[in-house]
Amino acid sequence: MSNVKQHHESAFHISKRDDMPMIKAWAVRLTSIIVALIVCSAVIVLLSKQNPLKVFGVMFEGSFGTTRRILKLSQNVAMLLCISLAVTPAFKMKFWNIGAEGQTLVGCLVSAIMMLYFGQTMPLWILLPLMLIVSILAGVIWGIIPAFFKANFGTNETLFTLMMNYVATQVVSVFIAVKVKSGSQVMGVIQGGWMPKLFGKDYIINIIIVLLLTVGMYIYFKYSKHGYEISVVGESENTARYIGINVKKVIMRTMALSGGLCGVAGFLLVAGEHHTVATDTVGGMGFTAIMVSWLAKFNPVVMMLVSFLIAFMESGAGEIATQCGLNQSIADILTGIIIFFIIGSEFFVQYKISFRQKHKEA
Amino acid sequence: MFATIINKAIVQGIPLLFGSTGEIITEKSGNLNLGIPGIMYVGGSAGVLGAYLYERSCALSGTTPAAFWCIVIPLLSSLLGSALLALIYSFLTITLRANQNVTGLALTTFGVGFGDFFGGSLTKIFGEGGNLNVKTTADYFKVTLPFADDLGAFGEIFFSYGFLVYVAIIIAFVSAFILKKTRVGLHLRAVGENPATADAAGISVTRYKYAATVIGGAIAGLGGLYFIMDYTGGSWTNGGFGDRGWLAIALVIFALWKPNIGILGSVIFGGLYIASVYIEGLGNATKEMIKTLPYLVTIVVLIITSMRNKKENQPPQSLGLPYFREER
Repeated sequence: MSNVKQHHESAFHISKRDDMPMIKAWAVRLTSIIVALIVCSAVIVLLSKQNPLKVFGVMFEGSFGTTRRILKLSQNVAMLLCISLAVTPAFKMKFWNIGAEGQTLVGCLVSAIMMLYFGQTMPLWILLPLMLIVSILAGVIWGIIPAFFKANFGTNETLFTLMMNYVATQVVSVFIAVKVKSGSQVMGVIQGGWMPKLFGKDYIINIIIVLLLTVGMYIYFKYSKHGYEISVVGESENTARYIGINVKKVIMRTMALSGGLCGVAGFLLVAGEHHTVATDTVGGMGFTAIMVSWLAKFNPVVMMLVSFLIAFMESGAGEIATQCGLNQSIADILTGIIIFFIIGSEFFVQYKISFRQKHKEA
Repeated sequence: MFATIINKAIVQGIPLLFGSTGEIITEKSGNLNLGIPGIMYVGGSAGVLGAYLYERSCALSGTTPAAFWCIVIPLLSSLLGSALLALIYSFLTITLRANQNVTGLALTTFGVGFGDFFGGSLTKIFGEGGNLNVKTTADYFKVTLPFADDLGAFGEIFFSYGFLVYVAIIIAFVSAFILKKTRVGLHLRAVGENPATADAAGISVTRYKYAATVIGGAIAGLGGLYFIMDYTGGSWTNGGFGDRGWLAIALVIFALWKPNIGILGSVIFGGLYIASVYIEGLGNATKEMIKTLPYLVTIVVLIITSMRNKKENQPPQSLGLPYFREER
């Protein structure tokens, strides 16, 4: 039996390709998104029993219906984009920082603390920069702890950063428990320290800051020495050591950057949107951002598009859920489906399947 | 009092034990499945779905639900649901070679969404409304050994549970035995430590990874089923499962990738989870601080094991890394 098996050749084999032209690669990815959207709308139609065109109509209505909705959507895109940018340097280094949720949340927490203590007394133009700085510091601390142990002892960073998320959640819970005497575990809206409106609208400053960060990160990755070092460490630590890069230093520095940017996101979330802190202020965006960054192939510009796609699906699905009386969780299902498809499509970009040609080897 | 605390700790720990045993088996094959929280959600909701449909069909035809089917249908639908989800993960990471972290997180998003969606609006879909509750089925899951009440504290600690508790402990012991003492376990560990070597030795890496991930996922899903049927008594609350899925992953580290230590660990984690409820005179802040302990302890264990660098206590060496034979 085993002899027979040895003569068996598989009908196809898979090999890596690096020759797919950019346009074709993006065409594959785009196709996968379209297929995913079709599947998603099929799911919605099945569950809500509405006609598909109406479903998309509702989704657009939910996202772009009013100026307020457009701004809210843009704010969601900006926040998701900001955290995605934050995790990217670590990922490029193949440091699996899945602790963005926690790093952002501690940023939110210290911003809220600053608002609570100085919101009424300190002038806004001092308070806001101060909040930004302490938020960045908090994010840096949360990010650099796992990096220190990874750099020095090889501690598994995926598991470490994952655990740090829940430590952050609990720290927020403890803080709220201390501050809110009623025991309701809900911190009300804090007055003072709000991001000023621009053109009479909320969120505009947030969005501008994130856009600037996007450009900055693009330049950082592409043209700075740091960006180069990150790429080398990510490709091969041994090579990096050989050409004289201090790997430990790069790991710590990059995670400090990653955590710091998460801190910025935390600051923007609290000062510009929530004006308070809760355990779910970040709302899972720290995890979604990881997927965004990966799906965008670490390219900040593509990240904008992916963030937009996901934020749009979420607000659109939320609107459908409200109108058809369905559960809000439908948004998560759809996000999951889209990501599965995009992840799957990568295979066809990176590998080719060659079918065995008959009698060639005989 | 003491017996009650142990009892509650075990009850809290069992979902974590299922989850961590499943994840240990998965991780031993080198797959870091961060989709476990999603899988556990789906395991619970698929079980409820099966139970609901069965109870509903009984109610429509005017028969009383039979004990046998009340156990078997939710059990099978739960296993099927979670195995299917694990299969998606396996297909994407093993066959399509996608990144494990990203796929796992996507699976968790999907699974939690799926669970909450169907758990939350199942009754609505069938036009009945109201909260989802499968109490009849849940009562069968909660049946304890008849002599448990006669044995006092001893009975309370050891015999006062539904059958899934014993299933969890047996599965943990059996997996520990298989991993450590059998050829299959040896092969599985080889695949997780160094797939290239395992491949060269003639072990089918793909088959082992698929099997370990799917079986692990199915076991983890039972944690969700236990939670919803036994712990909450068959009524679904959205988000009720909380962060137990992540806690199960923490338990994997705490147990040093050994299912038998996981049994003890699950009781400790369960105890910490409920300690705040049973210790009297605690403020809210202290309660929240106690809830941080499982995660802090896990981090400490993670750091110490990596510092001591003892071979048998490390994560599987190829954990999280993909394996492509063509790229060696």
